[in-house]
Amino acid sequence: MSTTPILSVSHLSCQFKSQGGLFQPTRLLRAVDDISFTLEEGRVLGIVGESGCGKTTLARMILGLQKPSSGEVFVQGAPLSSLDRRARARLIQPVFQDPFSSLNPKQTIKDIISLPLRAQGTFEPHEIERRTAALLERVGLSLEQGLRVPSELSGGQRQRVAIARALILEPRIVICDEPTSALDVSVQAQILNLLDELRRDLKLTYVFISHNLAVVEHVASEVMVMYLGRMVERNQTADLFKTPRHPYTQALLASVLTPEPGLGLPDVGLGDIMPDPAHLPTGCRFHPRCLKALPQCATQEPPLRKPTDHAVLECHLT
Amino acid sequence: MSAILEVEGLAVRFGPTQAVRHAHFTVHQGETHCIVGESGCGKSVTSLAIMNLLARNGHRHAQKIIFAGEDIQAYSDRQMEEIRGNRMAMIFQEPMTSLNPSYTIGSQLTEVLRRHRNVSQAEAEARAMALMARVGITAPAMRLRQYPHQLSGGLRQRVMIAMALMCEPELLIADEPTTALDVTVQAQILRLLAELKQELGLGILLITHDLGIVARVADHVSVMYAGEVIESGRTADLFARPAHPYTRGLIDCVPVPGKIKAGEPLGSIPGTVPVMKEGFQGCAFRFRCASATDACTQDVPRHEIGAQHHVLCHHPVTDKGSRA
Ligand SMILES: Nc1ncnc2c1ncn2[C@@H]1O[C@H](COP(=O)(O)OP(=O)(O)OP(=O)(O)O)[C@@H](O)[C@H]1O
Ligand SMILES: Nc1ncnc2c1ncn2[C@@H]1O[C@H](COP(=O)(O)OP(=O)(O)OP(=O)(O)O)[C@@H](O)[C@H]1O
Ligand code: SF4
Ligand SMILES: [Mg+2]
Ligand SMILES: [Mg+2]
Repeated sequence: MSTTPILSVSHLSCQFKSQGGLFQPTRLLRAVDDISFTLEEGRVLGIVGESGCGKTTLARMILGLQKPSSGEVFVQGAPLSSLDRRARARLIQPVFQDPFSSLNPKQTIKDIISLPLRAQGTFEPHEIERRTAALLERVGLSLEQGLRVPSELSGGQRQRVAIARALILEPRIVICDEPTSALDVSVQAQILNLLDELRRDLKLTYVFISHNLAVVEHVASEVMVMYLGRMVERNQTADLFKTPRHPYTQALLASVLTPEPGLGLPDVGLGDIMPDPAHLPTGCRFHPRCLKALPQCATQEPPLRKPTDHAVLECHLT
Repeated sequence: MSAILEVEGLAVRFGPTQAVRHAHFTVHQGETHCIVGESGCGKSVTSLAIMNLLARNGHRHAQKIIFAGEDIQAYSDRQMEEIRGNRMAMIFQEPMTSLNPSYTIGSQLTEVLRRHRNVSQAEAEARAMALMARVGITAPAMRLRQYPHQLSGGLRQRVMIAMALMCEPELLIADEPTTALDVTVQAQILRLLAELKQELGLGILLITHDLGIVARVADHVSVMYAGEVIESGRTADLFARPAHPYTRGLIDCVPVPGKIKAGEPLGSIPGTVPVMKEGFQGCAFRFRCASATDACTQDVPRHEIGAQHHVLCHHPVTDKGSRA
């Protein structure tokens, strides 16, 4: 029953120019480099990877907030670049990490939530009122809280506002970039449970970026691992956590801090030298830090392989 | 080790709201003291109160705020400015609000050092680059010339960390310093802080909601709820024998990789933290607590339940596994 995937990303790249420092030439920073994937309706794609590896940039391109240097995003088969801003907003919406800085501090919660609806310019006031009230209730906020301003809500409540604002246009895809990393574990659980409920009830598709691997394991149906702008591994969630194939994925999983006192901090041997995105290593981008590197890793770009039906891996190791 | 920071009876009000109520804790030299607790329980306000950086509508009152042997409550603004960012540094929760968008990373980093130390711009830049490298920022020369919006969330957070370390402080207050970092970089930063703790005897007050971090790096933990420290103890004791029902609930909510059943909701503590107003009596957790009785509407006693382990609760859980 294979249909057109709801989201498909084809050879997407994004480069930034940056000043190299005094007397140095401008450098080209490849934030996202030739990423392709498809996502079926109702699924949740988790994206994990090193800080600065291009997750947010990828998310912004999918949202149409950042123009790709090359490649294209397709939503329900239609190229994103063929849609205008309003049409895009009806299909894809973001939920960002810090709800505080992304909410206008002077507006009431109701006004914040209804803004995307008002921006469409085609809805009657009573329809806006009705939808806003229904959504407030749906995300667990009271009408009274709807009259407050953001500073009068807790972090968890503000994240509910961000979710309500993302859902008001009844989009098909929601891009969550670190939606719970500012929240404590209990409130995080409430928000994740809410997102999951909404996904099932409204048949939403999520792209879910997070540094919290336990959270990703819980919410994602499939996971993509990024390193320096590349997708280095992708697999069904359970398989990825059970059999991580890429050495970077393995290092990532080994670095998780479980709440067990006395174990200290893991050192997975990646070294303290971080990669420089404006000066990419030759061969495999991970090779200078990889504990399993083979001689060819320093010179040849690793091939993209499919070790199983669902798994995608970019590595010389077999 | 002697205490670098001693806080007793700290209270902060915003109008009628009591954000912090008689909070108390001590940070020793060469020690990491973690504060954990639900969003809105007063962790950031506590640290801002120590630094005397509360918003205008905030009022601070304390029995003691002793930094390196001196009560700093009576310090003038100038005296505070002298120690802030210098002997006492802070990593703020939201890097974007504390980095100035219109100045380069480099000018903001060097400014801190030059304000407090008599060094040249070149020396300050050298120190900035060295620290950026230590927090894992490559191509520091390029990064120095960038503006905050050109950095990823994790890079901004690392810049904040480097900035806090510019003057080799004696006390570092770090408010959620690693939330935007992936786990490998997080481990690197935490290792760096542990090294500085050893090398320089740095005292660290670390605010985090990540109990994985707490378990691995804290020497001592204070758990806050609705503005109060409701439980405090050495890390191993607190994890082995959490005595407050809230602490137990919090530990139970932590999702651990490999142990979560797909399709099942995550455990959470139902309800939210109440807003504290003047005259509130009894335990603030009672509305969400499975152990609550009528007694819980009365003033809550403080129990010493072990060496350096105390709890504010009418019905502390004293034996793991027996939940009331
Ligand atoms: N507007 C911009 N100008 C220049 N460089 C940029 C810009 N936006 C992002 N970058 C660079 O692109 C790279 C990827 O950034 P991005 O924000 O996508 O990373 P990320 O994976 O989301 O990281 P994090 O986990 O830290 O949020 C970084 O090196 C960043 O500095
Ligand atoms: N300037 C202010 N005016 C009014 N209330 C405030 C102000 N700053 C903080 N508060 C309130 O004080 C309480 C404690 O806030 P604080 O920021 O310390 O929480 P926190 O424990 O740091 O939470 P989080 O984990 O979400 O960062 C909250 O109820 C908050 O709304
Ligand atoms: S004092 Fe009562 S309500 Fe508060 S935590 Fe203890 S048992 Fe629960
Ligand atoms: Mg990001
Ligand atoms: Mg805070």
